[in-house]
Amino acid sequence: MALTYADVEAGSQIPAESYRATRLDLVKYAGASGDFNVIHWNERAARAVGLPDVIAHGMYTMAQVGRYVTEWAGGDPGAITEFGVRFSAMVPVPDDDQGASIEVSGVVAEKLGDNKVAVDLTARADGAKVLTRARAVVRLP
Amino acid sequence: MALNREYVGRVFGPTDPYEVSRVKIADFADAIGEQSELCRDREAAQKAGYPDVIAPPTFAMVVTMHSTAQVEADPGLGLDYSMVVHGEQSFSYSRPLHAGDVVAATTTVESIRTLGGMSMLVTSTDISTVDGEHVCTAKCTIVERGQ
Repeated sequence: MALTYADVEAGSQIPAESYRATRLDLVKYAGASGDFNVIHWNERAARAVGLPDVIAHGMYTMAQVGRYVTEWAGGDPGAITEFGVRFSAMVPVPDDDQGASIEVSGVVAEKLGDNKVAVDLTARADGAKVLTRARAVVRLP
Repeated sequence: MALNREYVGRVFGPTDPYEVSRVKIADFADAIGEQSELCRDREAAQKAGYPDVIAPPTFAMVVTMHSTAQVEADPGLGLDYSMVVHGEQSFSYSRPLHAGDVVAATTTVESIRTLGGMSMLVTSTDISTVDGEHVCTAKCTIVERGQ
């Protein structure tokens, strides 16, 4: 059954999910988004500018959090009316088959009017908090 | 190098019209792993009340970047793009982007700050249809790391 506004209470936790970022994911994201900044696919170039490795696009991480919220809200990506994050740490993506793992969790922060709820979100990679002040406003049925 | 503060308040655009296509939405959804049928199946999207398949929320960045790239590449600003990382991003939507939308983006430079060896550039990009309907406002902070 689809989640409704009446079902949701401020303070309720949303079950955590894990998302993967491999080098292939970053290459696909670069192509689909048009963001070809070399630090997201070229290890040599990334290290030359002082980065530890190729790092994920911040927008790839944000997109994974968008998926998380969409799925919780019943599968409608159009339900998100506001979405904002601060990128607080980089997500290095090693050149192996596992890549990086991004752990996402959320909590209903408040119920707003007009069937909207604010959800506060957390994303971690390798123990580090990679997003802060991450919040989405979602309109529920 | 410090960014040129004279750019605060400058407006770039509107960009050339950008036509949102079903194929591009599906490619973007595939790339981020978004499973929703509303990004791929027109009938399902229409059943959900949309005119056509809808884009995932962060798709707005594709259009935004066409506009912010004009700012970032402006030689007078003095940005070293190789040292840039993304600092903050937010989107405020009037409605989702959908296939068939023809939109243009206009970017305003909101602020330029220096903190230690880092420079921060804040832009606000308005995405509207060519008929003038507001779709999304994207606010972006990029950080130029120090050498």
